[in-house]
Amino acid sequence: MIYRETGQFKSSYVSDQAIFPLSQDRWMVFSVMGVAFFVVPFVASEYWLQAVLIPFLVFSMATIGLNLLTGYAGQVSLGTGAFMAVGAYITYKITTNIPDIPILVVFLLAGLVAAGVGIIFGLPSLRIKGFYLAVATLAAQFFITWLFNKVGWFYNNNPSGTIIAPPRTMFGIMITGPEATAETRYLVGLAFVTFFALLAKNLVRGRIGRAWMAIRDMDIAAELMGIRPLQTKLLAFAISSFYCGLAGAMMVFLWLGSGETETFALDVSFQVLFMVIIGGLGSILGSFLGAAFITILPILLTNAPPMVGIVMPIALSKHLEEIIFGCLIIYFLVVEPNGLARLWQIAKEKLRRWPFPY
Amino acid sequence: MDLLYKIFINPFVEMIDGPIFFAEVIISGVLVGAMYSMVALGFVLIFKASGVFNFAQGALVLFAALTLVGLLELGFNLWVALVFTMGVMVLLAFLVERFMLRPLVNQEPIILFMATIGLNFALEGAGQIAWGSDVKKLDVGIPNQTFEIGGILLNSFDLWAAASGAILVVVLALFFHKTFIGRALRAVADDHQAAQSVGIPLKTIWVIVWSVAGLVALVAGIMWGSKSGVQFSLSLIALKALPVLILGGFTSVPGAIVGGLIIGVGEKVAEIYWGPLVGGAIENWFAYILALAFLLFRPQGLFGEVIIERV
Repeated sequence: MIYRETGQFKSSYVSDQAIFPLSQDRWMVFSVMGVAFFVVPFVASEYWLQAVLIPFLVFSMATIGLNLLTGYAGQVSLGTGAFMAVGAYITYKITTNIPDIPILVVFLLAGLVAAGVGIIFGLPSLRIKGFYLAVATLAAQFFITWLFNKVGWFYNNNPSGTIIAPPRTMFGIMITGPEATAETRYLVGLAFVTFFALLAKNLVRGRIGRAWMAIRDMDIAAELMGIRPLQTKLLAFAISSFYCGLAGAMMVFLWLGSGETETFALDVSFQVLFMVIIGGLGSILGSFLGAAFITILPILLTNAPPMVGIVMPIALSKHLEEIIFGCLIIYFLVVEPNGLARLWQIAKEKLRRWPFPY
Repeated sequence: MDLLYKIFINPFVEMIDGPIFFAEVIISGVLVGAMYSMVALGFVLIFKASGVFNFAQGALVLFAALTLVGLLELGFNLWVALVFTMGVMVLLAFLVERFMLRPLVNQEPIILFMATIGLNFALEGAGQIAWGSDVKKLDVGIPNQTFEIGGILLNSFDLWAAASGAILVVVLALFFHKTFIGRALRAVADDHQAAQSVGIPLKTIWVIVWSVAGLVALVAGIMWGSKSGVQFSLSLIALKALPVLILGGFTSVPGAIVGGLIIGVGEKVAEIYWGPLVGGAIENWFAYILALAFLLFRPQGLFGEVIIERV
């Protein structure tokens, strides 16, 4: 009933190749975007923006990045945190040394640097596969965080070793720094995520995305068909790292306001990988769902017991959270290994026939 | 020029100038490496028998050590506590098989990997809730004195640790090659379906192999725990064991041993002779880079099964 495609005729190739061929999908995306851009900034409180929505945007960006690499190109990476760190530290380095470059351009430049680093650490993927590769990418994680910790050049030798988002304006509006309002930072992040999510969506349904999927499904067969594994895999690493670098820059400059290497520890890499798996491997929509789920779950777990009147010592509640989080992950994987995106697909199938199933 | 001298010549000069110190570095590397191997062994066992890359091995080590310390603190006799902890690890294996492996059978390896990360969280949380999260001292009566042989300083504790590692490997080798269950385990590792078709119960095998991995974790937990105290950071040992694994190969027990020794020695030597050049603390990543360098020549690790791909 709701998702009925009967009667939606395509009369041109352009409309046949639309990103959202169903008008229901199209309207839903438009309305979600409309609400996100024009309603949320006016309605949401500072707490909601700072604790839920901005982190959601940051992690969506990182999750899309990792999903391109792991879900589409099939290369498992545990170095996401490191690539995010590259984005954040390079943004800091550029914007403190050349303050004249508009901050958003700096974000993109830092993303490009992250892409370069991604290519370097993606090189082993040509020889190494599967879990060997996953462990090998940990080298990136540990080496890069060590580098940013030890080499003072990256954080301008300041004694604390942290990078702090300096105040930067664009078009007369304060975008980063302590005085930037949560609404501005949210809107900037949202604009970035919207643009790059659309880009990713188009990327994966074009030639590049299909090459990635061919490599993922069987690289030797893909090679026989004329897809170059070298270029394809490295491109996947580069683009994925670009997204992750951008996410790292957003994390420090739009969300936290300051960062150190601990901010990008291995936990972040795992968190993003969780988001990819829970959301659904090889799905852009799934990246958003996964990011939302994993961002909100800990907040829910922290706030739920006090709401129903249970007061626990902090250490106990922290460990209890860990247990529940771990068990939920396992439970979730058991129930739906293909992730939230698959659940949404099933729901769509059901909604098609609702309320008159056969 | 000066830099090149510092990188390529100076360390070797130092090594030759102080042969005794160099020997000490090597030996301490070997001993630490033996302890890495113990953790890596648990990974290899589970990967061989069920194809699961068990990230929770570090948490298993922590959990086992915490349980043992907790029981000792409650006033149990050492041996009673040991037996009890073994029981807990076996029970844990049952739970993991029932609630995690069985429903997830035939899923993609990465899904199982994620599930073990979930298990990792749950175990870390559970262990610390049950037994508290402050650093605990574990003393199982292993003598800890330094003595000298031929001018080389040695620590009796490290020797004990290495010896128990060696005993563990011998026992495991005997278990795998001489017992009925061991043969069944090897059959499952070789080919799941063929093993099942000759009547080997896969579920039982998984419980057994997770139990064995739990017991190996217990031994590793005792050793690491008495060396550096039982605390949360014990579960991070897993991160030290990962380069050992890829270096030795996921599927090879000897690989875990040799890999552990190479990583242990390489790490110590690099930290002491080259570390000061770059500001130290390179232990965290050096092992990974070393393993990566090996992988470029042998993508399946030193002793791993050769990966044969067909289209």
